[in-house]
Amino acid sequence: MTENTQRVSTPRLLDRRDERVAHADTIGGMIGAFVDRVRAGDLGSLPVVVGLLIICTAFQSLNPVFLAPDNLVNLLFDCSTVGVISLGIVCILMVGEIDLSVGSVSGFSSALVGVLWVNQDWPVAVAIVAALGLGAAIGGLYAFLFNRLGMPSFVSTLSGLLAWLGLQLYLLGSSGSINLPYGSPLVNFGQMLVMPPVVSYALAALAGVIVFATGYRMAARRRAAGLSASSLGGLLLKGALVVIVLEFVVYYLNLARGVPWMFGLFVGLCVVMNYALKRTKWGRSMSAVGGNREAARRAGINVRRIHASAFMLCSTLAAAGGILAAARLASSSQQAGTGDVNLNAIAAAVIGGTSLFGGRGSAYSALLGIIVIQSIASGLTLLDLSSSLRYMITGAVLAVAVIVDSLARRSRVSHGRA
Amino acid sequence: MSTISDLDHPQQTQGEPVLSLRGISKNFGAVSALTDVDLDVHAGEVVALVGDNGAGKSTLVKILAGVHQPTSGTIAFDGEHVALSDPATALGLGIATVFQDLALCENLDVVANIFLGRELNPVRLDEVSMEIRAWTLLNELSARIPSVREPVASLSGGQRQTVAIARSLLTEPKLILLDEPTAALGVAQTAEVLDLIERVRARGLGVIVISHNMEDVRAVADRIVVLRLGRNNGEFGPDVSNQDLVTAITGADENSVSRRANRRGAQRSREVRP
Repeated sequence: MTENTQRVSTPRLLDRRDERVAHADTIGGMIGAFVDRVRAGDLGSLPVVVGLLIICTAFQSLNPVFLAPDNLVNLLFDCSTVGVISLGIVCILMVGEIDLSVGSVSGFSSALVGVLWVNQDWPVAVAIVAALGLGAAIGGLYAFLFNRLGMPSFVSTLSGLLAWLGLQLYLLGSSGSINLPYGSPLVNFGQMLVMPPVVSYALAALAGVIVFATGYRMAARRRAAGLSASSLGGLLLKGALVVIVLEFVVYYLNLARGVPWMFGLFVGLCVVMNYALKRTKWGRSMSAVGGNREAARRAGINVRRIHASAFMLCSTLAAAGGILAAARLASSSQQAGTGDVNLNAIAAAVIGGTSLFGGRGSAYSALLGIIVIQSIASGLTLLDLSSSLRYMITGAVLAVAVIVDSLARRSRVSHGRA
Repeated sequence: MSTISDLDHPQQTQGEPVLSLRGISKNFGAVSALTDVDLDVHAGEVVALVGDNGAGKSTLVKILAGVHQPTSGTIAFDGEHVALSDPATALGLGIATVFQDLALCENLDVVANIFLGRELNPVRLDEVSMEIRAWTLLNELSARIPSVREPVASLSGGQRQTVAIARSLLTEPKLILLDEPTAALGVAQTAEVLDLIERVRARGLGVIVISHNMEDVRAVADRIVVLRLGRNNGEFGPDVSNQDLVTAITGADENSVSRRANRRGAQRSREVRP
């Protein structure tokens, strides 16, 4: 009875009137809700964290250099190039399509920058803009083939994979590779430039402050509007955790060279993309198109334009990744963008938790996924394993990731969380 | 105000109709899907549109939703002649349609679905205002939705129907078309949706319901309009007998439904007699 009187006396919030729903308001409740979500197959980034822990323990026990700050800084440099490409893959997977040609597009754009900048003596900025523009044009072409001619993206981008590779080889000609000048800003950016310690510490702190401030403002607005809101304590805890974790990472990296600017650029792109996908009408439309294309069309969303934006963003980011890769290697070569670049980019997005079936994903999955992939690559290189073994192991990890994704998807469907 | 006052409505005394169709015909090539169909819907009135498969119900709904254009005939909405050239025009005038498959995105939550394509503040989504509006709409419909922040995939069929109807009410329409709203629902959920239709009527909207279920139709409709082979085939009040309704729908006293009923009746009386 006492419980009943209490229930009556407290005024109910607008979204808490239905008594059938359990709401997690306390920290214990939050943990319980998290466990329930995971059980139902809404794994979020849990598999990545678990996978990273396994990878780190395994490689660290095999070779203690693996977790050394120097190796991690190198790892972050390597992450950024394919990571940017993977960010584009997240975009295209959101609408339920695929781009198999990102590797070739990145190789083509690195070749283009080499030819225009080194061979033709164009200013480097103009060469970069030209490469990015051509990347966007390639995406536009895929969008045209998809929207107007009904060509499945799988096929159009598969033929693109060959075509742009051919163009890359043609551009590079008989020499096969162009060396980018050492000491130039682009190559420095790709190989050496790191944030001064002060800047990196400040950025890490700023991230926590932003997490707290946005959460606090949202909570205040919700409370003012009579909706339930997260507690101040929870928000403080969240912000503090972000600051502590990031500051520790930054401190550890600063024991070696420090945080690469290139990685900073990649993370910055992830943050911007996350905002665009989560907090704008465009992002909402992307999820809607990926979830139910016909429903999106009937809701008045211009589905063709959304597809076009996804294709163009994907290949523009692929071109950007190619330029970063050229900067990282200080050369534009025939090997750029070939081999496992394509699959690593797609695998990173999927491992990070973006669904292959459309409608579910996050920009941060590119960040998490590429760290996993690059850790494996780096660990296997440290163990001096041949590339044959590296390919097999990376392939197995990708298979496991996709299996986890489809099992989780099945579980989500049966728990009504599709 | 009285542009169409010369039209007489024997069964209606509620004033001017919100929607008035006169002589609507629609041909698909050599097939005439609709011939000379008349239909009136008043504010605060539920009109049920019944008919057999191929009677032209869906074609009529698609014309009203702006998906198809009539070959001939006039459509008057709020007393003015209008051309429903595309879905956006129909929606803009205040005709909202809830299609049979609901067209919801299962991966998005209830708020996102209700506001899909009409989000507030495109470059910085105003989630708080959207959530409040969503709750207001759902509460007005006395909807029992546990949480508007759960993906639609976790909702039951009746709850999804509710979300779809709430979504159509967002644009403050004057007329709402429901295509088979109870087709896929269980007993309790059907009752919920019928309640929902009554609440929509109580808000002063005109409602057109398409249904195959005679029970549901008689339970909720103020007027039942029968289409048969693309033509008007009678108008009934809610107290019409099932027999009359089936006769109007199939076009004959002697039909498969009545034959089956007779057979069952005879069988039962045989079983009872000994």
